Order: sequence, then C-alpha cells, then structure tokens
Amino acid sequence: MTLSMTYREAIRAALRDALQSDPRVFLMGEDVGRYGGAFACSKGLLEEFGSERIRDTPLSESAFVGAGIGAALGGMRPIVEIMTVNFSLLALDQIVNNAATLRHMSGGQFSVPLVVRMATGGGRRVAAQHSNSLECWYAHVPGIKVLAPATVQDARFMLAAALREPDPVFLFEHIMLYPEHGEVDPNAAAADPFRAALRRAGKDVSLITYGGSLKKTLLAADKLAPLGIEAEVLDLRSLRPLDTAAIVQSVSKTHRAVVVDEGWRTGSLAAEISAQIMEGAFFDLDAPVARVCAAETPIPYAGHLEDAALPQTDTIVRTVAEMMQHHA
Amino acid sequence: MPRTKLEMGHVEYWQVLDENGQVDTKLEPQLPPEDLRRLYRTMLLARMVDDRMYKLQAQGRMGTFPGVRGQEACVGITYALESGDWLQPAFRETACLFWRGIPPKRVLEYFAGMEEGNVFPPEAKTLPIPICVGSQTLHATGVAWAEMIRQTRNVTLCYFGDGGTSEGDFHEALNLAGVYKIPIVYVCMNNQWAISVPRSIQSASKTLAQKAIAYGFPGLQIDGNDFLAAVVAGRAAVAHARSGKGPTFIEMVTYRLGPHTTADDAKRYRNEEEVQQWLPKDPLVRARKYLEKKKLWSPQWQAELEAEFTEQIEQEVQAYEQELAAIDPLDMFEYAYAEKTPELAAQKEQAAAFLQQAAEHH
Repeated sequence: MTLSMTYREAIRAALRDALQSDPRVFLMGEDVGRYGGAFACSKGLLEEFGSERIRDTPLSESAFVGAGIGAALGGMRPIVEIMTVNFSLLALDQIVNNAATLRHMSGGQFSVPLVVRMATGGGRRVAAQHSNSLECWYAHVPGIKVLAPATVQDARFMLAAALREPDPVFLFEHIMLYPEHGEVDPNAAAADPFRAALRRAGKDVSLITYGGSLKKTLLAADKLAPLGIEAEVLDLRSLRPLDTAAIVQSVSKTHRAVVVDEGWRTGSLAAEISAQIMEGAFFDLDAPVARVCAAETPIPYAGHLEDAALPQTDTIVRTVAEMMQHHA
Repeated sequence: MPRTKLEMGHVEYWQVLDENGQVDTKLEPQLPPEDLRRLYRTMLLARMVDDRMYKLQAQGRMGTFPGVRGQEACVGITYALESGDWLQPAFRETACLFWRGIPPKRVLEYFAGMEEGNVFPPEAKTLPIPICVGSQTLHATGVAWAEMIRQTRNVTLCYFGDGGTSEGDFHEALNLAGVYKIPIVYVCMNNQWAISVPRSIQSASKTLAQKAIAYGFPGLQIDGNDFLAAVVAGRAAVAHARSGKGPTFIEMVTYRLGPHTTADDAKRYRNEEEVQQWLPKDPLVRARKYLEKKKLWSPQWQAELEAEFTEQIEQEVQAYEQELAAIDPLDMFEYAYAEKTPELAAQKEQAAAFLQQAAEHH
C-alpha cells in the first residue's frame, strides 16, 4: 500500500518522524519556524513541536552551522536547514575545516552527527546567486557524506538514514522537486541510501544522473524509446560515497554512458563519474563518455536564457541520439 | 582595588519631522525649496515604480523582486552625497538610485531578468544592487578604502538591512573600517523583518546602532521614515568621514510595509495590526505634510506628478519588454569572462548548433 504525497510533504513527514522519535533532534535555520521554511518544508512544525525544537536563527550561516556542530558534539542530533546551497558558502569554513575534520583531528574521539539540508539547483528564475548546483564541491570533501534525494520516496526516508549516521551528512534537495508528486512505499523505508538505484532498465546506453535531473533524464529515455534506443537510467542517490559498482555494472552492460549533471562541466561530478567509468569499464565502452551539464556561465536570470543554460530533456535526447549515430 | 566605570560612548536617537508633520525647528535642515520638491518627487517615483512592478509581477511580466514601500526616506542620506562620492545600495533603495540619475528602467530591467539593469552610468558612482545579504558591506568598505588610499576625500555610503547585521561580513567590514578610519557611512535600514525573522530574533542588542561602539566609531539611531532626520544625520556622517574622522553607523528605524519579496506572503508570519500601526508613519505622507505647510505641495502638483510618472513608467516598461524578448540566449556566454576561454567558446558553438536545430525542428 503506497501513499501519494509531494516531495515537500515527504520531507515534512520525515522531519516530523525524526522529531517525534528522538528527543535529541531539533531543527534550526532561517525562516524554519514561524514561516515554515523558505520552501514550506517545516510548515506547522513550530506549532506542533514548539520553539525549543524548531528554532528560527539570525541570518548567520556560519553561526548556525557552527552551533549545529557544537550541538552534535554535545550529544544532540541537530538538523540544520540552510536555505539554499548558495548561502552555504557563508558556512564553508565550518563545513570543510570543522564538521568534516573533527573526527580526524580528535583522533577519533569526537564524532559530529550533524545533518544539514539545503535546496540546490536552478529553474526558478532567481538569477545567478540563487541558482547554483554546488553539491559537487561537498562531494569532494572527505569526512562528510552527501545525499541527493531525487524521488518522493527518497525525500521521505533519506533523512532518517542520515540521522542514523555518526558523521555529518548533507542532503541536497533540488528546488524544482518540492511540488512534485510521487508514491511512497513505507515498507521500503530501510533501503540503503548510499546505493544507486536503477530507475529504468535498458540495453543501449546508461544515463547516469541524480537529484533534479532525474525527471528530465527519465523523460529523455521515454523520448528515445520510439527512436529504437533503450536507455537505462541510473539514479546515483549518494554523491559521496559514489556507488561505483553500480555505475560500472550498468556501463559494462550497455557499453555507452551519458552523465547528466546540473553542475558546471569543468571539475564536475560528471567528470568524476566519467573518470570512474574509464577506470572500471574502459574496455567495455563502445563510445566516449558524454556529459550534459550546465553552460559554464553564471546562471542567467531571464527565463529563456536560464532554460538554455541548464540540462534539458531535449539536450539529453540529442546527446544520446548523436552518440548512437556515431557509435552504433 | 576600586571598580571603575569605563566610558564606552552612547547612542542618540534623532527625529526632525514627526508623523503629524511637526518640525523640530532647532534641527530642521532648511533645505532649498527646489531640493525639497525634488526629494518628494524622488520618493513618489520610487513608490509608483514599486506599485507598477507588483502589477507586472502578478501578470507574469516581472521576476521576483523586493518591494520598497515604506522605506523611501532612505534617499535623505543619499542627498548628503556629493557627485564624487560612492553609493552602495542594498535592494530596496530605488529612491537613492533615482536621486543619482539612474532611470527607473534600470530597476525594471533588473527585476525582469536582465543583468543589464545593473549597468549604471559611471558618473552615478553607484555599485550594483547586491542580492547576497550583507555581502556589500565589505565591497563598499573596499571602495571607500581605495578612495582613501588615493587621497580623494570621496566618501562611500553603504546601505544594508537588519538581517545583514547578523552576517559575519557586516562585523568584519565595520571592524576594518574602524581600525583604518575608512571614510564610509553605514546605513542600516532596520525594517523590523528579514523575511519572517523579526528584529527580536536578529539581535538581543537594544539598538543596532550601538554595534558601532564596539568597533570604535559613532552609532546613531534615527526615525527611518523621517526624510529630514535622514538628511541631517547623513550630512553629519558624510562630513565626519570627509574630514578624515572615519566611519559612522546610522540605524534608520523603519518598516517594510510589503512582503520581503513577491515570493513570500507576509500575512503568514506577521500580525496585520503591526502593519496598521506603521501606516500613519508613512514617509511620503509625512513629507507631503511638511511641503504643504511650506506651500511647496498642492493636490494639483500631486496629480501632475502622478500623470508624468505613470507615462514615464509605461514607456520604460514597453522598452524593457521589447529588449528582454530580443535577448539571444547565446548572450549568456558573453559575460562570464572579459574574453571567452577556448572551452567556453566551444560550449557556445555547441549551444548555437543545438538552438538552431531546435528552431528548425519546430
């Protein structure tokens, strides 16, 4: 028996579960309380759990991430909401030099069981400083784990899995996913969040993606089917660690790979995945790995420019079609 | 050992014109009539552009934007600047931009999705509208420092909001400016709300102005809806900076009458009664009462201004909409660097080919 809900509702249900099941859990961030979150994920939680556990903070990203680290060291299970990845840059020192290193720097004495959620991605016409996809930067850093729920099911259950981790976990929620509807299967709650998921099976090409690009990629696979191209779609789910075995397994089967990643191409996650394919499946490849990424410009504000800058279903279809044409 | 009290300085509160139009004649700045009328015109233009933008936004013809209603008295501080001085606005200081000769069309363009809207004439000496809260305090401090190093005696004026005072950038900027006596005037438009976060959650300080004391320079709180208090405080702070005495921090106590931006609904997090209490303190109403007493305002003049601005705004709306529609998506590749990298040039060619193919396909 599955339940139908939106991605936003799934996150809210996950937050409510966490708050109900563990008295050490509390939520803090900008606008999370009386406003219910910039993306309405915590709407109603202030009324339900009170201001001790749903804490509105000053506009101080470094402060509330740093305090979250401290609270985690002090035995709590804080969930920090950073409004978007763009603002997380104000907390980079706390994240990279502190959250990610404290276990190492204390010889294993301290762990930082901190969960940080933030929105990422473009498409909402909010210009260059509010539309970045920088999860790749976090995936670069040892000491933290990075998850990207792309489905309503994952939005519903990845948070609980993150809270079970003894180390800092970063959850990236694509801004275009919040209103998306989907099915939630409560029996599948225990699925390992660090394993990739095959969202569509195919034999001709592996489309490897995550987060906000999954829907566009699945649509592209639909459009490729009538052209006689059976695309397999792999949803990474975890960006650090990467499920290398699943990537290699899929590419070894299809012999072709296109990586769809909303980050900028140079130094992207797509680049890392491409390198892993070279290392693990080089002799199985029938075509060079291709990447569909954002244009390497600041994300434009005007709608028709923003659409042209981000990976779209059509760009994925065209990239795959060209690959199949040249490397049949 | 005796305990001694350390003198730390104090914070004054200034008001010149109250909400009933009563003036403190000792503080009244005695501005020339033409300047008073120009200040009023500018505040009214800012209000009318804002009103028009809400309508355009509701029709899907304008992007997400931060409204300015209730905060137009900010222009009083900008009035104190000379032509060589710098202006660093935050994102609700359209009246200050218009005062410096930047046409409303720029604001319309910017919030309709054209980065071109942030291109100001060099003689306006105005830095771009910042979106990242508080970040501009450091940029403005650097600009002011550059002028100081070049011994120009030019002053920089920098606006930000109450939320910005919680960001680390703000504290680092003020600390630096205090140490080097940098010629800058910091103006906090304390409008009581940072999206849904009220002033009480922003800081436990009794005033925001008192933070200046910690950084070693004067802090002053004024009635932020009183354009004359803004003029008086602005002149004092600009003169202080120009004479080499360093920064001043002015907290303008005002109120955001609208939502944070068109993307939020203020009714969800704040009490409507609070908004009602602030309506009589409207800076435009107060300025009008003052001008009327001086026989510088009449209903007929008001009607003329409204007709003039309605026409001007309409023409500018038509112009920007045509320009926006004409922008080629490939333009986005033009401004990432002064000169495109080979990789970027290749990406542009690839995008051009794709767009052409997509056009042929349709």
